[in-house]
Amino acid sequence: MLDLSPQDWTAVALSLRVAAISTVVALPFGIAVAMLLARGSFWGKSVLDAVVHLPLVLPPVVTGYLLLISLGRRAPLGAFLADHFGIVFSFRWTGAAVACGVMAFPLLVRAIRLSIEAIDRRLEDAAATLAASRFWIFATVTLPLALPGIIAGMMLAFARALGEFGATITFVSNIPGETQTISAAIYTLIQVPGGDADALKLVFVSIVICFAALLASEWLARRATARLHGA
Amino acid sequence: MLVVKAKKQLGDFTLSGSFTSEGGATALFGPSGAGKTSIINMIAGLLRPDSGRILLDDDVLFDHAAHIDVPVSRRRIGYVFQEGRLFPHLSVRHNLDYGRWMGGYPSDPDAFDHVVELLDIGHLLGRRPGKLSGGERQRVAVGRALLMRPRLLLLDEPLASLDAARKREILPYLERLRDEARVPLIYVSHNAAELRRIATSVVQLEAGTVIARGGIELLDAAQADMLA
Repeated sequence: MLDLSPQDWTAVALSLRVAAISTVVALPFGIAVAMLLARGSFWGKSVLDAVVHLPLVLPPVVTGYLLLISLGRRAPLGAFLADHFGIVFSFRWTGAAVACGVMAFPLLVRAIRLSIEAIDRRLEDAAATLAASRFWIFATVTLPLALPGIIAGMMLAFARALGEFGATITFVSNIPGETQTISAAIYTLIQVPGGDADALKLVFVSIVICFAALLASEWLARRATARLHGA
Repeated sequence: MLVVKAKKQLGDFTLSGSFTSEGGATALFGPSGAGKTSIINMIAGLLRPDSGRILLDDDVLFDHAAHIDVPVSRRRIGYVFQEGRLFPHLSVRHNLDYGRWMGGYPSDPDAFDHVVELLDIGHLLGRRPGKLSGGERQRVAVGRALLMRPRLLLLDEPLASLDAARKREILPYLERLRDEARVPLIYVSHNAAELRRIATSVVQLEAGTVIARGGIELLDAAQADMLA
């Protein structure tokens, strides 16, 4: 019944790849920023907090445009990356991943930060008396105890990336096979007379993917929480 | 030998700890709020004194004048907290092994078995801390602190969170610990009856200041005062 066209399948596969890669690449940065915001006390912390949350409140088109004028081919940073490292974002799927990562970043940081703030810091003191250095305290106590929040944050980021439309289409356009994600494909189909039926199939696929991701993260988070409370 | 001569201002409260411990089990005795926990936190390195010196076996742990402050993780001082503070995400066995991993010591099954036997926690090894009773948790906490090969063991009211029956259950283990483990103990408590069974010498604190040092006869005097 789901006779998707090859182009539709390409869009589905691309969406999954973009969402997964943007989430995984954003994760270490998300943990670092969450750690800074939860634990650090430094000048400009509230500014960092605001900047991190900006993609949540800015219109996605604005975020996409900012990415275009900073990472585009003719932008200084974009040109530098292209000339020295051969990294090009504009009109490539990697650019879509960047846009999705930026849009999902505040959700990722928020979830991880909350779980870090909920950790009983006296457990970290206990680890220090047991000869654990700061790095090892982080790796063996802080990180495992924050795991439920990290899973929740990754899930939110993945879902956000999957649904991202405005920033992506502004930054990398809507090129079938390269930057056309599910959202962009649905948008394109709706613009075409008689494309509604095909659009509906993609709508169905995206519901299934999001539902599966939600169930998987619920299950993982429950397992992680149970581990923490001694099952 | 432990030498403590440290001062710390905590709000309106002035803490001034000055005593030496020759080994055995030294009781830090005094009412709640006398500053007992703050003093052992300074020994452990969890609380930085404003001035003074702390020495352990000729090793300077803290010296304000010389700007020496050895980090907690390098002091090799075991600490049994009032609430145990076992790692909830690790099994009892991994909690016990934690200090050895972090200290980078090779596995020593004899030492492990000895501590497990001393505290009678062999049947708990596969469990997680969430599934332990209060008394079991404190025994595991003692074992975890012992297996990091401490030069000194700090115990902060290890029985305070337990009911009378649990206290009676654990006290014999602590007596064995004092007699067999050959690690000097600093035992914090406000309970004279408990200390009389454990302590070999007593440092009495009140309102942040050491008011008496001596043998366990100090406990009798303090108890007589309280009853009078």
